[in-house]
Amino acid sequence: MDNPQPVEFVRWIVLLPLIGAAINFLFGATIQKSFGRRAVSIVGCGAVIASFVLGLRAFFQMLAAPPDHRFMLDDLWRWFDIGGLKLDVAFWLDPLSIVMVLIVIGVGGSIHIYSTGYMHEDPSYWRFFAWLNLFTFAMLTLVLGDNLWLMFVGWEGVGLCSFALIGFWYSEHNNTSAGNKAFIYNRVGDWAFVVALYSLFAALGAVGHPTLVIREVAHYTPMLVGRPGYAGMSVITFVTLMMFLGATGKSAQIPLFVWLPDAMAGPTPVSALIHAATMVTAGVYMVARLNFLFSLAPATMLVVAAVGAITALFAATIGVTQNDIKRVLAYSTISQLGYMFVGVGVGAYAAGIFHLMTHAFFKACLFLGAGSVIHAMGGEQDMRNMGGLRHKLPITFWTFMAATLAICGIPPFAGFMSKDEIIWDAFEHGHPWIWLVLWLGAGITAFYMFRQVYLTFFGEFRGTHEQEHHLHESPVSMSSVLTVLGVLSLAGGAVMLPKFIAHFAPLEDFLDPVFDSPQTLAMAAHGTQRGLEGYFAVLSLALVAAGWLFADLTYRSSKLSAERMSEFAAGLPYRLSFGKYYVDEAYDVAVVRPYMMATRAAAWFDLHIIDGLVNLAAVITVFGSWLSGLFDNYVVDGLVNLAANSTLAAGGRLRRLQTGSINGYLYGLLAAVMVILLLQAVLRT
Amino acid sequence: MAAGLTLNHFLVLSLILFLLGSYCVLSRRNAIGILLGIELILNAANINYIAFSFYGSGGMKYDGQVFAIFVIMLAAAEAVIGLAIILAIYQNLRTIDVSATETLSG
Repeated sequence: MDNPQPVEFVRWIVLLPLIGAAINFLFGATIQKSFGRRAVSIVGCGAVIASFVLGLRAFFQMLAAPPDHRFMLDDLWRWFDIGGLKLDVAFWLDPLSIVMVLIVIGVGGSIHIYSTGYMHEDPSYWRFFAWLNLFTFAMLTLVLGDNLWLMFVGWEGVGLCSFALIGFWYSEHNNTSAGNKAFIYNRVGDWAFVVALYSLFAALGAVGHPTLVIREVAHYTPMLVGRPGYAGMSVITFVTLMMFLGATGKSAQIPLFVWLPDAMAGPTPVSALIHAATMVTAGVYMVARLNFLFSLAPATMLVVAAVGAITALFAATIGVTQNDIKRVLAYSTISQLGYMFVGVGVGAYAAGIFHLMTHAFFKACLFLGAGSVIHAMGGEQDMRNMGGLRHKLPITFWTFMAATLAICGIPPFAGFMSKDEIIWDAFEHGHPWIWLVLWLGAGITAFYMFRQVYLTFFGEFRGTHEQEHHLHESPVSMSSVLTVLGVLSLAGGAVMLPKFIAHFAPLEDFLDPVFDSPQTLAMAAHGTQRGLEGYFAVLSLALVAAGWLFADLTYRSSKLSAERMSEFAAGLPYRLSFGKYYVDEAYDVAVVRPYMMATRAAAWFDLHIIDGLVNLAAVITVFGSWLSGLFDNYVVDGLVNLAANSTLAAGGRLRRLQTGSINGYLYGLLAAVMVILLLQAVLRT
Repeated sequence: MAAGLTLNHFLVLSLILFLLGSYCVLSRRNAIGILLGIELILNAANINYIAFSFYGSGGMKYDGQVFAIFVIMLAAAEAVIGLAIILAIYQNLRTIDVSATETLSG
């Protein structure tokens, strides 16, 4: 790790999507008008594909190197040097980040290609691709950033891009408010992340190593053990808890998950991008990236695992009653992210990343399949108006089915390998309660996913005649992507087989150098139960099968009535789930309304007190100037007029002396002369 | 110069002339008469100049005479302007009685 291979091309993995975004942002409208949509998609997809090729090159170069030397560093320039903090804009490739890069660009790139079909009619085609590219760029910065600040730049970047893409069709208020919601909830998490970074930096500075470069942090972190932090916690616990709060914002966990279901307002490829490849995986990636830090904080790890497990079950129960095809998938994403957090939370980092990868495959496939259905249905998203689509949309149906089997964890699909691994890891690391919660969640997942499949693809068509007439399989650009992702959902799990089947886990071996700090190894080794994995897999499968059967009986063969069931449960659990446990409403009452009231109070204060003061000042000034005017009019002008008037009056009196009588003047003259002479005579004597 | 004539004789003559001129100026209502009176006063002053020049000032015998010549020139100029004013008064008022000019009072 001390001598990373310097490589020049790594920067282009990150910069190519940025260049694509820049071209489309600056010239996209012109290109689209002059050369057509095809040119725009060539720029947008080309940048991502080229970036993917470079990623593959880095991957193979890494494979060729011995496991201890699988690190690459591309240092671009010194970013800033403030106080003791010296940070570079540098990209750091190691087995963990290359896996993430391939997922992000691979799945993200296929979503780009899918979008050329899905968004074909949209007038703002270029804008869409510009934002998609920028999104990819931001996510790659997050993944490849060599220090935590650069990571944070990407962290913020995906938040911004998600805001813009969720509100892509901004002419409708719902969409823009969904974008705002995503952005604001993310800000709360971002705030926590920044606090964590500052605290970490301060703590490292206190032990003499002020740095935020990830590999240096990894090196110095053990020095922080036992140092006091804030709020009565040790500094490591505090930092990791704040980081995890940041992760709950990005990765949609309790308590900050409510933005994700609303993110459905964006175009479907955006949902796929956010849910599968980019944004929501950021939190899981961050925890895995900083495994050396989290492994030192057992309390935080327990919180991570517990929150993940509760979220997994909680979101799954909401998914059961939703009718919007994308909303069901949204809650399944939240639920699956919960599984990933349990994975990283119990110390099974590789399992978490593995599930992240397989989830990227099958969730992208599910979302793009849902997009294909919506495309065919002319924008209809309510599953109650669908049904029987498997004959009209065969490719969509089979790929959707493959992804469903994967998410439910049916062997040999990818989800079985990754999800079961996590469920087992939870038990193995001594958390039976978490295992129980996840196990229940897996059964519910099977139920709601097959409910979705049956409602959408089986039974009779329940839409309008017009929609039925319009039904068609999606264009090649969409169906080919679906096929690829469907195959990956089937076979993507082969890189890490369960240990009771075979000791074949190239992904885990590949990731091992990243998770080799002593504290991480100690965490991973902390397990009590061995050798029971096979039995637990059978237990999970049994519950999954039960969920499937239940869905089958309810929604396909109609032996059970969904209405009867919701009535049977006295309606309350059903209404709780259908109302999403009223979390949105709770936030509304607890945060939004008080906030709005506070803003209204602030506005009132501003309007009446601040403006009142300003107006008072104005009134005082007006009064003062009125007084000053009076003084000017009556005192200053009065003096001037007095001078003029007295002169006038004096003139009026004195002019009478001028009689016009020449004799009079002469007598006066003579008299004056005589007086002078007389005076002279008197004075002389 | 005849013996027995002293400075006082000239001064008395000058005084008589001045008083006559003054009386003329004060008493006449005719504007031309007033101008004549002024001529008398000026000439009384001329006599004083020459007399003081002759009897008074040591060796400098011509200073007063030069002044007298200036006064004569001044009297001529004064007569011109005075007559011009009188002409203007006559044109406006059809009289040269100075009491008529009381309409010019302030």
